[in-house]
Amino acid sequence: MTAKISYDDVEVGTELPAGSFGVTRATLVQYAGASGDFNPIHWNERFAKEVGLPDVIAHGMFTMAEAIRVVTDWVGDPGAVVEYGVRFTKPVVVPNDDKGALIEVSGKVAAKLDDRTVRVDLVATSAGQKVLGMSRAVVRLA
Amino acid sequence: MALDQSFVGRSYPPTDPYEVGREKIREFAEAVGDPNPAYTDPEAARALGHPDVIAPPTFVFAITFKAAGEVVKDPQLGLDYSRVVHGDQKFVHRRPVRAGDRLTVTSTIEAIKSLAGNDILDIRGEVHDEAGEHVVTAWTKLVSRAAEGA
Repeated sequence: MTAKISYDDVEVGTELPAGSFGVTRATLVQYAGASGDFNPIHWNERFAKEVGLPDVIAHGMFTMAEAIRVVTDWVGDPGAVVEYGVRFTKPVVVPNDDKGALIEVSGKVAAKLDDRTVRVDLVATSAGQKVLGMSRAVVRLA
Repeated sequence: MALDQSFVGRSYPPTDPYEVGREKIREFAEAVGDPNPAYTDPEAARALGHPDVIAPPTFVFAITFKAAGEVVKDPQLGLDYSRVVHGDQKFVHRRPVRAGDRLTVTSTIEAIKSLAGNDILDIRGEVHDEAGEHVVTAWTKLVSRAAEGA
């Protein structure tokens, strides 16, 4: 593994470059195909509303995949991610228009751990709501 | 209805191997819009010390969740899958998943809880490669929401 960030160069509180990731209905159809998760709440508005959702929502695993990009873009080598966990707190609602929704992600180093690893805490929001909780990654740095 | 606590600790037999292909990784990386060359370019992956292209950190969920389906749909457990939502997800990687891996998953029920009428199920999926080496463990928390009027 070859992280481009050195353990010695980061401190608790070091902020990672933030990211913002767009998601439209087309994105969700593509993710459904790639991931094999064809739950209709992610593409069928009528079904989503029947089960009490405000509209079609993004796959939680899609949001999880986007949030970790702030970490993998920072370290360069995605293989440096040792641990990654999230709680799905609020759905990302994706309206049926050409803009869709935006997932905004920030991260900072929360702890320096053994073996040249650090814990990064991530914050992911969409439409001003926190969509992930307890979102943490452990990353091995150079 | 509360789930049977005696299922805690139950393990299910390992799945048949899932062969990870380069093009499947590419398809997934494109779907999440991630242009990192470690996912698509074997040379770039090798330059980082990997023997072939690697998969994004959450890619393996497609494999572990399919395996967890055996648990979820176990008629003896009796979970109402139509009311299930994903609560938490966590991965601990020994190494990244990569093209050419043949992965098996062993699912275990770690915990069953009942909270305000919701059934909460924690499933651990241990992922091993063809040589029997541990690659990644996935923890999935599923919440079956209480039926209306229950």
